[in-house]
Amino acid sequence: MGTMAKIEVKNITKIFGSNAAQALPKVEAGMGKEELLAETGAILGLKDVSLTIEEGEIFVIMGLSGSGKSTLIRHFNRLIDPTAGQILVDGNDVMKLSNKELEQFRRQKMSMVFQRFGLLPHRTVIQNVAYGLEIQGVAKTERETTAMEWIEAVGLNGFENKYPSQLSGGMQQRVGLARALANNPDILLMDEAFSALDPLIRSQMQDQLVELQEKLHKTIVFITHDLDEALRIGDKIAILKDGVISQVGTPAEILLEPEDDYVRAFVRDVNRARVLTVDTVMQPPAMRITHDNIERALSEMVRRGEEYGYVIHNKEYRGYVTQEVLEEAVEDKSSSATIYDLAVEGNSVTLEDTLEEALPVTLEADHPVPVLDESGALKGILSQEEVGQILVPPSEDDEAESKPVSLKVIDKEEETLKAAS
Amino acid sequence: MDSDIFPNIGKPIKNATNEFVDYLVINFGDGFEAFSNSLLFFLVKLERLLRSADPLIILLCVGLLTFAASRRLTLTAGMVGAMWFIGALGLWQQAMQTIAIMLVAVAISIIIGIPLGISAARSERFRALLSPVLDLMQTIPSFVYLIPAAMLFGLGKVPAILATVIYAAPPLIRLTDLGIRMVDGEVVEASRAFGATRWQILKGVQIPLAMPSIMQGINQTMMMALAMVVIASMIGARGVGETVLLGLQRNDSGQGLVGGIAIVILAILFDRITQSAGQRMQAYRNIGG
Repeated sequence: MGTMAKIEVKNITKIFGSNAAQALPKVEAGMGKEELLAETGAILGLKDVSLTIEEGEIFVIMGLSGSGKSTLIRHFNRLIDPTAGQILVDGNDVMKLSNKELEQFRRQKMSMVFQRFGLLPHRTVIQNVAYGLEIQGVAKTERETTAMEWIEAVGLNGFENKYPSQLSGGMQQRVGLARALANNPDILLMDEAFSALDPLIRSQMQDQLVELQEKLHKTIVFITHDLDEALRIGDKIAILKDGVISQVGTPAEILLEPEDDYVRAFVRDVNRARVLTVDTVMQPPAMRITHDNIERALSEMVRRGEEYGYVIHNKEYRGYVTQEVLEEAVEDKSSSATIYDLAVEGNSVTLEDTLEEALPVTLEADHPVPVLDESGALKGILSQEEVGQILVPPSEDDEAESKPVSLKVIDKEEETLKAAS
Repeated sequence: MDSDIFPNIGKPIKNATNEFVDYLVINFGDGFEAFSNSLLFFLVKLERLLRSADPLIILLCVGLLTFAASRRLTLTAGMVGAMWFIGALGLWQQAMQTIAIMLVAVAISIIIGIPLGISAARSERFRALLSPVLDLMQTIPSFVYLIPAAMLFGLGKVPAILATVIYAAPPLIRLTDLGIRMVDGEVVEASRAFGATRWQILKGVQIPLAMPSIMQGINQTMMMALAMVVIASMIGARGVGETVLLGLQRNDSGQGLVGGIAIVILAILFDRITQSAGQRMQAYRNIGG
């Protein structure tokens, strides 16, 4: 046995309706959503969903409205019970918990952050943040001390005695986040937590979440309908469509190797330059020079047909050399320059840079740009051609061409829904 | 004009009801009397307290209560003036009797009404059962149940209170039900997600958030209880209603009007105090934006 997954969802099926039990065999036999609705009146929410979420990762479940993502996240803390299937948290079957045990489980294992915040309007910020602890019966002074720490952690000090209605949306959601964290749960469930916020605040909150996560190392399950958000904060992304998982993978895998037309259509409009980081597209350095013998370096470069060589000393990148420079140095016998003197440092990019950030450097340079890690070691090179290739969306096959149309329709539906509400 | 299409069911219902009431009176008379006496015990104490107190103290209490509920000086002065006006009408003692009956009736309505309203909000089936009963309570002429009530509890204040509760509790039950149903589902879900028990959710979330609606229900119950005072006086409940009733019996329109004015003043008094208390309770809704 390997390490145990934090959350394991096994073959969850959820059918809504009073006749769910009779409808289940039909779904298992492969009946689709529309057919089931027409025949039994039951609504298929999730179909045979299985997921493995590892400790400490931000796992994003992405789908449009009606895809079942909010239903799925409510299975983790059993706000909704599945019609069939199993949910294991730390190896324990959540379905087997009694009511009392379930309350304890919700108090200790996971906290939830809601799309419309779900704050108690008649309580002040500090009382809201302390709510989870109050439920557990923690004494007032102790829970307010803890609450205050988290209010500070999300940057709301000075607002602790305000009511939620006195705060802006972004601040209210920080209260929601602080309330969830004050319980000190292993797992954080975030249901479209940032979707109700305007774009600027949303990206601030995303940054804050990622920043907090670097300190806290919680397991975070994050629901969103926004692929940009998913790609920005997710370590892993699951794409859900009509209650079925389309693909699970890292952001780069989702972008670069979409498994079906649905995902392909989705990722087409994504600004890849902003999402992809250098480490996902760089190539290994073709010509590493780890010694200071100029002649040997030149002959190796000529033999391999490499125009540029990257000089490394004590695992540290020192600069690049061209064949031309080395030839001149070999010819000029009077020169006592070492290869380190000849190496031109030039610009470099780091592993975590997005392509958008790396692009200007790459375009300016006439050679493949070196990619360095934080200790200054050479990890790879980034050429203009590679960047260009990656930034062009995948070419469409014939079957993929019909898909964007249907996606547009879904988008429109969502817009009208928003307008109506 | 005999017609065969109508079998006579009226008569058996009539007879069965009479027999049932007789049966209750004969077999459970003591029990009803004991209940009646315990209720009367509180009522008499409260009435005695109100009637024996110096009117100045009562006026002061009205002032303090209004100010505590509204924090507005003009309203406080107005309410004290209105109360003084009842005394000036010569109906101080009667007003104290009426207030005592009404407060006890409202207290019983709250004790019964809020739990029923909460149960109705939780169970669709219970609500479906309760709804026609509430309709019945509100529409059936009060004399229909005043007759058996007078037989079971004797004439006087207790059947009057019972009649008042039957008439006045439904709005509180309905508004409690509505208030709890209107509580934001996401807030309730949030507290479930934090592991709150049903009781913790009810006490900490649903009731506080339904409070404006519940306060509205209590206000309505008070208004309806005051509307019942004239009818209640017909079975010997005394109070301001009796003044109106006497005016009616003696063809004395002047006395009827004086009694009527006193009832209206009492209604305004209780309405303003409960309304402003309700508004202050939900102050958190109005601040900011």
